[in-house]
Order: sequence, then structure tokens, then C-alpha cells
Amino acid sequence: MPVQNFEKIFQEKIDNEIKIEPKDWMPDAYRKTNIRQISQHAHSEIVGMLPEGNWISRAPSLKRKAILLAKVQDEAGHGLYLYSACETLGISREETINDLHSGKAKYSSIFNYPTLTWADIGAIGWLVDGAAIMNQVMLTRTSYGPYARAMVRICKEESFHQRQGFESLLVLSKGTKEQREMCQDAINRWWWPALMMFGPKDSESTNSDQGMKWKIKRKSNDELRQNFIDMITEQVKVLGMTLPDDKLKWNEERKHYDFGEINWDEFWNVVKGNGPCNKQRLQARKDAWDKGTWVREAAAAHAEKRKSKSNQQAA
Amino acid sequence: MNAKIDYTLHLADTTLILSQRNSEWCGHGPILEQDIAITNISLDLIGQARNFYQYAAKLIGNTDEDKIAYLRTEREFKNLLLAEQPNGDWGQTILRQYFFSQYQYLLYQQLQNSKDEQLAAIAAKAIKETSYHLRWSGEWVIRLGEGTDESHQRMLNAVNELWGYTGEMFIPATYESPVVKENTGVSVDSLKQPWLEKVKTIFEEATITVPEKVFMHSGGKEGKHTEHLGFILTELQYMQRAYPNSEW
Amino acid sequence: MSNYIKKFYYGDIPEEKGGGNIVSAQTKNDWPLWEVFIRSKQGLDHKHVGSLHAADAPMAIENARDVYTRRMEGVSIWVVESKYISASNPEEAGELYEPAVDKIYRHPTFYNLPDEVNHM
Repeated sequence: MPVQNFEKIFQEKIDNEIKIEPKDWMPDAYRKTNIRQISQHAHSEIVGMLPEGNWISRAPSLKRKAILLAKVQDEAGHGLYLYSACETLGISREETINDLHSGKAKYSSIFNYPTLTWADIGAIGWLVDGAAIMNQVMLTRTSYGPYARAMVRICKEESFHQRQGFESLLVLSKGTKEQREMCQDAINRWWWPALMMFGPKDSESTNSDQGMKWKIKRKSNDELRQNFIDMITEQVKVLGMTLPDDKLKWNEERKHYDFGEINWDEFWNVVKGNGPCNKQRLQARKDAWDKGTWVREAAAAHAEKRKSKSNQQAA
Repeated sequence: MNAKIDYTLHLADTTLILSQRNSEWCGHGPILEQDIAITNISLDLIGQARNFYQYAAKLIGNTDEDKIAYLRTEREFKNLLLAEQPNGDWGQTILRQYFFSQYQYLLYQQLQNSKDEQLAAIAAKAIKETSYHLRWSGEWVIRLGEGTDESHQRMLNAVNELWGYTGEMFIPATYESPVVKENTGVSVDSLKQPWLEKVKTIFEEATITVPEKVFMHSGGKEGKHTEHLGFILTELQYMQRAYPNSEW
Repeated sequence: MSNYIKKFYYGDIPEEKGGGNIVSAQTKNDWPLWEVFIRSKQGLDHKHVGSLHAADAPMAIENARDVYTRRMEGVSIWVVESKYISASNPEEAGELYEPAVDKIYRHPTFYNLPDEVNHM
């Protein structure tokens, strides 16, 4: 069969909402786009463990410590589901990770911001995970089967994250003056970076068009961002806190909230590596990997030894 | 009564401090799957610690798990010295876990039959977790002991670092004799032989020899710790100290 | 950098159809990939839930427990190294499955039973 036919069958499947599975023919660019997107998603989960992981040792109560541990562990699990999905496209996890370490592959810039106070943990759960969920819910219907299935699993677990984040801010919002200040300060610092998580404006995004045609991505950056703003603007009232945007206003005509201009210089700077924590995040990942080399080698060597031992016994 | 409180606190403190140590790996493990595994153990241990603290809080009265965990000082903590030792490399961490889980398994086996229903119930629930920790860490000891030359050497170093902190597990503290007498606590000296035999079996598979005539440190159970504990508590207790009387 | 990957998730993807140069090589530290199957409840089949890396089978089972049953999703776990899974070729799906489409007698709804016969 000539390639054109394969391509036609492929696009027909996509158009008919039939999932693409690992062994199906797919265009090179589709494979590459998926590898890029899934691996970046995986890296984001793994790097995302670091800012929150910071506070595990300092969590203010035993209950919060247990919740935070479970949450950060969930993120490791999500990273694992995603690396596995990525591997079905024919790239090993080690290669994917090498790309992260070399700086070739990106991860969500949000994790290059520091977690300065305990309230940041709540703000991350509520705003950052909240923004991530908007994307992820859409991705449960993505066209590549393994990615969609990983996302179904992840979304089930993510809703717990957002709830626990909000609930932990709610406690602060009802607490002492210091706690309320801490809460507002965290919201102020995380709001704009959270909006940036949806990526550049549709008019400037290079990745969205093809992604929509192939149904990898199913809603545009701007659409998702607007949904998020509408949702959070309501929720923040429950906390009795404010969002740091004086242009935030209900627009009766659009039936959406208008909002101020995002600082895109900051966004691109952080993407390019100039965020407050880019260096230390990447270094932490590299260190973990390098310090683990001897462990991975030893376990592999041991498994080999076991195999040859049992082969000898069988012979 | 005071002895039972101290005993419960000792059980709680050890699991909390070890949980705190293991949790330092979260996000930094040698491979994602093992990052998840060590965090799981950390979670199990903090769960056990909370059960013991909540019980201790009930025995003490007019306090709660957080006040006990976050507002006592170095000299009041009764955890085993082994638990507070630094993580070192992965080998040292899994060996520390193995030594402890092997001990904890034997301990819980008997504590399940404690005359104190609450302690018995906590142990009965926790022993399932512990038997998993034991299997996991035991397998790792074998893997690394037998793996490569480097990993073997690293395991020998780990044994060197940690062996001297294993003796304390089997020396009863002052508060243990009364609880043993009332059959609420476990006589730890009786666990020493079975522990040693199990360790020997695993070490044999791991091609590691059991050290002999090593000086054994003690004192943790009575509140005399290594310098490490102070730093652990500084981090652990920071929020409660900085913002007293707040709900979290 | 011209070594093409041979083993994919479920068997091979031929280079000419795979959509181009995918470079991959399993290095000595890269633990093999395992597929995980979980029985979520006594009486149900094991179902594929995903994959993970492990050096050996006991590790794979323990990891599967940690990763895929964190919320008590399972009572029994199977793991198998991914490379041992042979898969049918999607392009032969027609030959493999379409004949079964005619064999409607294999499906229980083929048989009309009186309404009084419940639960069969």
C-alpha cells in the first residue's frame, strides 16, 4: 500500500474518533508530536515533584505531611504512566530523560517558580493543578490511545489534588492574620504563572494547529485559559481572597471574565531558562539520576546473575 | 501508666523519624519506580506513627498528635538512633530500612498479642505493611550486595556505618520493663537472636558477612541522641514553632 | 545514530511504516519494560493497566503494587516482560477478526428464548 493510503486511513480514523494504537501506521510528524507532548508532560510531573517536595519535611501537621507525601507520590505515578505511554511510540524512557537533562526537552515552566511558604503548597494544588486539570480532562479524549488512557487514570487522581489544595487554603483563610496574609501572598504569586501554563496566545502558538487537526489537543490555549479564569474567579470568593488583576471584570456580552495582559516577556524568559529555579530544578533531576546510576547498574547486574543461575539449574 | 505512655511515644517517634528520613528521597530516587516505593514506605510509617501518637494523646489527655510530635524537644524524643541516621546513598537507606523492618516485624508479631487492645490493634494492622517493607528492603540488600563490585563495596560501607546502631533495638529502656511485665509491651531482648538469624540469611545471599565485636551505641530510647536529631526536628517542627496555636 | 528500534510496545513496527528514524538502544542500565495486569476484584479477569521498568520479576510485582494499586485497585497482579508479548498485526485485523463477525451463533443474543427464562 502506498503511503498516501496509509495517511488517508489514518486521518479517517482520527475523523471518526477511532483511537490510534501503538502498532497502527501513523505519520512521522504525528509520532514526533506525541513523543514531544507526552514526554514534556511526563517531565512536568517529575520536575513538579520538586517544588512541593520541598515542604514535605516542614509540613505543619502530621496529617498535612501524609497528604503531601501521597500527593507528590501520585505525581511520580503520573510521570510513570506518561513515560510508559511515550515508550509505546518507540522511544525509551532513558532517552526521554536524557533529553530533559540536556535541556532539549522542556517541562512546564510553572515549576521554575519557588515555593516560599506553606501556603504555596495549597496555591499549587488549587491553581497549578487546577490549570493542569483543564488540559488533562481534554486530553482524556486525545487521539493516541495510550496517552488517552494514561490521562483517564491521571484525571481520576488529580481531582483529589485540586480539592486538597483548595481545602488547605480554606483553612488558612479562616486562620490567624499571618495565615491569611500567607494565603493571599501565595495566590498573588501563583496566579499569573498559572495563567501562563496554558501556553502562548492562540495567535502566537505554533504547536496548536496541527495538534487540533490530529485531535491530540482538542481545545485552544485561549479557550482553556478563559475557562480557567472564569472558574477560579468564582472560587476565590469562597476563600475571601482576591486575584491580583485589577482588570478582572465580568463581561456580560461575552459571558466571560475579562482579564489583564499576561507578562509574556516573563513567560519566555522562564521558558528560556531564566526563571527563579530553572537551574536548581534541572540540577536536582540530574543529581538524582547520576546518583542512581550505580543502583540501576547493580540491580540489572543482579538480575542477569539470577537468570544465568536459574538457567544453569535448569540445564 | 507513665511507662506505657513513654513506650507508646518510643514506638511513635521511631516510625515518625524514619518516615521523615525516607521522605527526603521523594523526588530524588534512583529511578521513578523506586522513588514511589520508598515514598510508600514513608507513608506507611507516618501512618503508624500517627496511630501511636493518637493513642499516646489519649493516654496523656488534653493534647493531640501534632502537639506531641511538634512541640517536644530533642531530649524528649525516644526514637531509635538507627532511625535518625542520615540517608547516605541508596544502599545505606535500604539497609537501614531492612535492619529496622526486620526488627519491627518481629516486634509487631508479638505486640499483636499485647494485653493492651489498642497497641495490639495498631500492630496487627501495621504488620502487613511491615512485612512488605521487609521483603522489599531485604531484596534490595541482596541485589546490591550481589550486584556489581561497586554496589557490593557500597553495601559493606553501609554495614560499617549502621551496624553499631542495631544493638540499641534489643536493649530495653527503663520504661520497657514495666510494660513487659504487664504483657502490654514486647521484651526486645528476646528478639535479638531471631533478628540476627534472619539478617545472617539475607546477608549470606547478599554475600556480606555479619560484623562481629562492633561497639554498639545506645541512648536514643532514653532521649540521648546523635547530633542529627536536632536538625531533623528543626525542620519537622518549624511551622508549629513559627506560628504557634494555629490550625493547619 | 542509525540503529533503529526493533522492539516496540507490542511487537515490531516495521521501519518503513513506523514513520521514520527513531533512534533507540537499550543500554545496560536501562531496566526492561514490564506489562502489568491487575485483577481488580475476585472473580474478574486480569486487565492490562500499563507498564513499568524493573530489574527483575519480584521488583516488577512490588512496583506494580506501588504504582497501580495505590488506591486499592487490585487483588492480584501479573507482570510479564514486554518483549515476550507477541501481537497481531493491525493490518491483518481483517483476516483475524472479520470472519467472527458472521459467526453470530457465538454470541448469546443469537438465541431467542422465551421471556420466562431469566438470567441465562
